[in-house]
Amino acid sequence: MSKTIKIDGVDVPFEDGQTIMDAALAADIYIPHLCHKPGLSPHGSCKLCTVDVDGRAVSSCTMPASEGQQIANNTPALKEVRKTIIQMLFIEGNHLCPSCEKTGDCTLQALAYHHDMLDGHFPQFYPRRNVDASHPTLIIDRDRCILCELCVRASREVDGKNVFAIAGRGIKRQLIVNSPSGKLADSDIETEDLASHICPVGAILIKDHGYEVPIGRRTFDLHSIAETDLEQVILKKTVHHDA
Amino acid sequence: MNSVQGAAPTSDLTSASYHDDHLLHRLYALQQQFQHIPASSIGALAAELCLPLAQVEAVIDFYSFFHRTARGRVDLLFSNCTSCGDLSLMHDLCQRLGVVPEQTRADGAVSIGEASCIGMCDQGPALLANGRTLTQLTPLRLEQIAERIEASTPIEQWPAEWFHVHDNVRKNGLLLGTTFSTGSALVAALEKGAQTMLDEIIASGLRGRGGAGFSTGMKWKFCREATGDAHYVVCNADEGEPGTFKDRILLSSHAHAVFEGMTLCGYVIGAKKGYMYLRGEYRYMLPELLAVLERRRKLKLLGTAILGQSDFDFEIEIIVGAGAYICGEESALIESMEQKGGVPRVRPPFPVTQGFLAQPTVVNNVETLAAAAHIAVHGGGWFNAHGSDKSDGSKILSVSGDCTTPGVYEYPFGTSIQRILDDCGAEHVQAIQVGGPSGTLIAPAEFERKLAFEDLATGGSFMIYGAQRDLLHVIQNFAHFFAHESCGFCTPCRVGTTLLKNGVDKIATGHGTQYDVDELRRMAALVKRRSHCGLGQTAPNPILDLLQRFPQAFEDRLVHSDFEPHFDLDKSLQEARRLTHRDDAEAHL
Amino acid sequence: MRKVRVATTSLAGCFGCHMSFLDMDERLVGLLEHIEFSRSPINDIKHCEPCDIGLVEGALCNADNVHVLREFRQNCKILIAVGACAINGGVPAMRNHFTLEECLNEAFLDEIGVDNPHIPNDVEIPLLLSKVHPLHEVVHVDYYLPGCPPPADAFVKIITDLLEGKEPSLPREILHYD
Ligand SMILES: Cc1cc2nc3c(=O)[nH]c(=O)nc-3n(C[C@H](O)[C@H](O)[C@H](O)COP(=O)(O)O)c2cc1C
Ligand code: SF4
Ligand code: SF4
Ligand code: SF4
Ligand code: FES
Repeated sequence: MSKTIKIDGVDVPFEDGQTIMDAALAADIYIPHLCHKPGLSPHGSCKLCTVDVDGRAVSSCTMPASEGQQIANNTPALKEVRKTIIQMLFIEGNHLCPSCEKTGDCTLQALAYHHDMLDGHFPQFYPRRNVDASHPTLIIDRDRCILCELCVRASREVDGKNVFAIAGRGIKRQLIVNSPSGKLADSDIETEDLASHICPVGAILIKDHGYEVPIGRRTFDLHSIAETDLEQVILKKTVHHDA
Repeated sequence: MNSVQGAAPTSDLTSASYHDDHLLHRLYALQQQFQHIPASSIGALAAELCLPLAQVEAVIDFYSFFHRTARGRVDLLFSNCTSCGDLSLMHDLCQRLGVVPEQTRADGAVSIGEASCIGMCDQGPALLANGRTLTQLTPLRLEQIAERIEASTPIEQWPAEWFHVHDNVRKNGLLLGTTFSTGSALVAALEKGAQTMLDEIIASGLRGRGGAGFSTGMKWKFCREATGDAHYVVCNADEGEPGTFKDRILLSSHAHAVFEGMTLCGYVIGAKKGYMYLRGEYRYMLPELLAVLERRRKLKLLGTAILGQSDFDFEIEIIVGAGAYICGEESALIESMEQKGGVPRVRPPFPVTQGFLAQPTVVNNVETLAAAAHIAVHGGGWFNAHGSDKSDGSKILSVSGDCTTPGVYEYPFGTSIQRILDDCGAEHVQAIQVGGPSGTLIAPAEFERKLAFEDLATGGSFMIYGAQRDLLHVIQNFAHFFAHESCGFCTPCRVGTTLLKNGVDKIATGHGTQYDVDELRRMAALVKRRSHCGLGQTAPNPILDLLQRFPQAFEDRLVHSDFEPHFDLDKSLQEARRLTHRDDAEAHL
Repeated sequence: MRKVRVATTSLAGCFGCHMSFLDMDERLVGLLEHIEFSRSPINDIKHCEPCDIGLVEGALCNADNVHVLREFRQNCKILIAVGACAINGGVPAMRNHFTLEECLNEAFLDEIGVDNPHIPNDVEIPLLLSKVHPLHEVVHVDYYLPGCPPPADAFVKIITDLLEGKEPSLPREILHYD
């Protein structure tokens, strides 16, 4: 008999060494996630994958699965918590979707749709952050960076380079480039690198490929990030509760 | 060697126990020499230390004591702690010297800013002058400081007694009252052997004094059993929790016991190397600590073949931090030791199996290690004859705030809060922050509660607030502290601590409604429950405690309307008024 | 039966939301059986009378925007933030990258071809806020209609739901921020 955990009452098998997220993905159970990508080392920073294991909050992308865990995942309360976290990500940056090339293909936006997010709820921080357009084929727009470090990990773990890092502390954290000038053009990144493509939001974009697919026909215009969504979105805001 | 290009300056402190090839130490030397980290020095430094450029850049931006643009030749950092800070003094001095806070004066002579608690709560107000500690500030002292700055008198020539830091031990207990004979713990360990000594530590019931209270013996046991290329002992001397300064006394007057505790731990877990991570604010103690280590080396209590035992080698190195509370969190501390920003790691794995350089590592608080040294000499029974049911031994407290004799007090666990208040001369007490901002705010009705892991746990901070204090203002201070110190790794804490800060500010400045209080409560719950590490998980405590115990403190400030704007509308027009030179009625909101 | 009174306005917006509103085309005719308009760019009524529903497009970028929004909040039982600008600042908020001084200097002093360079200061001209803000930072908002602009279907749906006394909702396919 293989070992199992229980996610929302469903038995899910797992092998030693797997995280709750690994087990859920293998069983086709959707746990919202943003900083996690199979194949890269787990990070545990966005906290969208937060679940309650035997009443305790844990990140499913980093928490090892262990026999008998009772996991709450797809609950109204957790949906509210996750929506709030998404709103926090929106308002700490400058996410002006109508003017963003990633719109429709953006994981953050898709998660926001999935969680019925109508607005950012909190006062906007409107930070001033820099754009780096130095590279011939890539552009960095830090306004949209959510500090998920997927590009950092992809570059180190898959591309065998070390193009990106996160610098600074607290709300001032920001993406930096590992090159003498700090500019992307001076780094050894190439368009084919995973790091060039992995950004879940519109913070690292490939130049000259804008609007090839029209708005309205893009990935998340046609599909929900989890195909389990209810049909109607209530237009009155709900408030999260997390006691 | 004044050129910015080429090798970065090294310090004159290099010793067997303070290495110049550590990034934090090199950046410190650069900051001292140039008042900032010159951009042109970064490349050479990275190359010399064989570190990626981006890692050096990231570290510079992570720690509060490194700057991109030049601070003044005299850089004054006033503590902003509720116990050892007094920002009105700072503003007075700014005015006197014509300085805008956090901006270097045009002539480059002086800059003035804030620092999180610098651990001088028993002798505040205090500041750091180019990293050196000045305590018991008075308007007169600031006047004298101002004169010297205007006369360009280098800090080295300021009167030495200004920099004197007192121990202020007010009450000795089990540890502070027992003389520790240098070397005695190691002699005992060699007599008993590592396993027996471990059993003794376990039996003593010693639990970590850094806050979390994990069994020290079990921690050592897990580490001893873990396999790795090397094992490490780390002494956590980061002491960053506002209101805590008891480790300072242990380091200044009981350093042998602390180092011996580290060496003992090394013996038990099979480590040959130990590190003390000393907070940057305590750098003034470094020369003396290095001297103690040198004496221990001479006494054959450190180095190779300790006490003539051919297979007992142990070295201790000191790494000095650079202004980051989060580096007290053990895995962030290890990251910092590894020349990175202090971002807490994902756990598991825990440091006991994968710590420093991914090797099994014990991280213990200063006091824990000193206690272990005493236990090695006197036995577990001596230790656990004191204390309460679940908390053996004694606790050294840092008592500060509104009382007549702030200082260090040692009590057996199980002592009541009221007893402590009586001893330190605290009257008309409104509230106490036990365990610092991350701990618990208690009201008078709870003063019969006990100091113990099972009741009121504390890493040592004990801040007393008298009747005249504005508690909302206190909590506002803490909210700012956490927002400033959040490492920024995880969303709930990175964004949430800033939202909490803004929320408390809104209410404290008289612009909050009941809606804002509800929002605050919800955000506090989320940050507490969903954050990655102890910082975020405790950051909302002061707000939640105040809401629960002193709801009036909030209600008194509320505006009774359904909704108040989230920003100051009239202030938002200020820039436009200035640019258009208008001040008519329509130019205001 | 009394008709439901609706007011609409555009603050710092592009009128795109209003255009989309008009995209209801012939459905608007049906709706007019049940609703009537107070202040709206459609009819040029200057001030908002007591209303049932207020639809506000655009962000807050100047003092006048704030006055109009407050008038709407005071007079409308239900206030709806319409479109990306009203909800998070949208395109107008792109000026938040710069200080107000930088913006005004660029427009009125430094731009090539500016003659008589000066920053306009007539009292008739509303002063600019130092930053552009969404509506919910200044007043309580009851409902949000995202989109840039929200499609005509979204307007039909929210108004019909409200007319029928239902909690308004949108089919998920038309929840979009772009
Ligand atoms: C934000 C944060 C700051 C901390 N600061 C300190 C500190 O300054 N000193 C300390 O000994 N422990 C501190 N800790 C606790 C350490 O993570 C760790 O538990 C402790 O050093 C273990 O030693 P002990 O078992 O001897 O208490 C801190 C924890 C957190 C979450
Ligand atoms: S990155 Fe995503 S959420 Fe942000 S502006 Fe672009 S599409 Fe919108
Ligand atoms: S640039 Fe993109 S991938 Fe990289 S950290 Fe930012 S959001 Fe993540
Ligand atoms: S809780 Fe705060 S300090 Fe801890 S990892 Fe998250 S952001 Fe960093
Ligand atoms: S997906 Fe798990 S924390 Fe981001």
